[in-house]
Amino acid sequence: MSPWKKLSRNMRPGVLVLLAVLLAGAVAAQAAKEKYFDRSGTLVVIETPAAELLRAYEVKNLPPGETFPVPPPPFSEGIFPCSDCHAEMTPNLERRQLTDEHTDIILNHAEGQRWCLDCHNPEDRDTLRLVSGEVIGFDESYRLCGQCHGDKYRDWRQGLHGKRTGYWNGDKQYLLCAHCHNPHDPRFKPLTPMPPPQRPGEIRR
Amino acid sequence: MSDKKKRDAKVFQLTRRKALKGLAAGASVLALPSRDAAASVWDAFFQKHFRRMTKSDLERVLARLEREYSSEFSQEVKVGATPPIEGVKYGYGLDLSRCIGCRRCVYGCVEENNQSRDPQIHWIRVVRLKKEKGTDLHYAEHYYNPNQVPEPGHFYMPIQCQQCEKPPCTKVCPVQATWTEKDGIVVVDYNWCIGCRYCMAACPYGARHFNWAKPQIPNESLNPQTHYLGNRPRPVGVVEKCTFCIQRTRQQPGRYPACLEACPVGARKFGNLLDPESEIRKLIENKRVYLLKEELNTQPKFFYFF
Repeated sequence: MSPWKKLSRNMRPGVLVLLAVLLAGAVAAQAAKEKYFDRSGTLVVIETPAAELLRAYEVKNLPPGETFPVPPPPFSEGIFPCSDCHAEMTPNLERRQLTDEHTDIILNHAEGQRWCLDCHNPEDRDTLRLVSGEVIGFDESYRLCGQCHGDKYRDWRQGLHGKRTGYWNGDKQYLLCAHCHNPHDPRFKPLTPMPPPQRPGEIRR
Repeated sequence: MSDKKKRDAKVFQLTRRKALKGLAAGASVLALPSRDAAASVWDAFFQKHFRRMTKSDLERVLARLEREYSSEFSQEVKVGATPPIEGVKYGYGLDLSRCIGCRRCVYGCVEENNQSRDPQIHWIRVVRLKKEKGTDLHYAEHYYNPNQVPEPGHFYMPIQCQQCEKPPCTKVCPVQATWTEKDGIVVVDYNWCIGCRYCMAACPYGARHFNWAKPQIPNESLNPQTHYLGNRPRPVGVVEKCTFCIQRTRQQPGRYPACLEACPVGARKFGNLLDPESEIRKLIENKRVYLLKEELNTQPKFFYFF
């Protein structure tokens, strides 16, 4: 006698439903997986595709869990607070080349894609504004830079990018990005090298 | 006056009184060099190997050296012998993609570690390499002197003592004047070194340097905070090398080496290899690391990364 016939008559629909559910689940699971063949022809199945991960990831620029001991930002002489001049002015949100003031600032930092008020807060010029709309002080400017330069920001937090002074097993002193990179022209400027070592022939006998 | 009496008046005649007088005068002349100086020469001659000194031996030696250096450089010079910190092994990292070859580290090191200005000794040698040739040292140039660095098509690699885990230099020393400390620093006892320079021949990095003449350091540029195994003034005829600034890094809390503080681009990293949270461990875990002459199995604790 076959196993199917062994089952009592009233159990049969239940088993059918169970099988259907299992089949549907398997199909659904198959759909959620991403499959492709790699170069050697092996089938690769990814349980959760990247796109799904991205959807699950909340796009936020969270404040860092720890604070970093940074020195005061390197403002040009007499420029800060900006509100000394800007408090009485109405912000002009139109993208334009500045002709009256700040003409010494030449933007050499993805200049085609941004202008002043993408980083400077139009409502309060003494602060900066992240893409998320969060307002931060100049002493937290590394978060602003970290919006685009995430890899550098990660390295900087671990002390791998940028100079750290202080103690190797004690308090450390960080530098803001702007201490080494001019935010409007960030490429590190060339330096004059110190003198080369003496050649053996030049050494006093 | 008889002939005999005349002769006696002209000829020197030794009497017991005269002999005693002479002896006393001679003894006092012998005693003339100050007690300290005579003792100093004696002490230096019979000084033990650094690792065989008792605590009181060491204290006496340090006090003697402080006295000698202080009078030589007419300022107060401190000579310490801070022992290694428990649970610490030092490691160094250098970012090859950041270094611009400005040689600030070379001169920062000279100032900190009291290297001879004349004849010139540099513990750090910055080598310029061709980007298209990579780290092929056949194309290395260390006398480069352009107006501005970095130069296009080149990158720079500062080379100093790699503080090897298996140092070839200490193996060849016939008198064991150089050894690896517990914290991984390879040091030299300048009072024990006989100047045979075997270690210089053994070192594949050219990191050891010989004092061919008495090192000349202007009094005002001497760094008076010194360590017995590190930056104390060296005598002529001994070998010296980078010690990861032993006089700074063994302090509590430990300062960074002088070359790291001198670097304007932040290419230099330093920390404890045994601490998983240290910068050096983070970079070894997350960056591409290059060991200089890895094939020699010297196992450097100096990690180039990019």
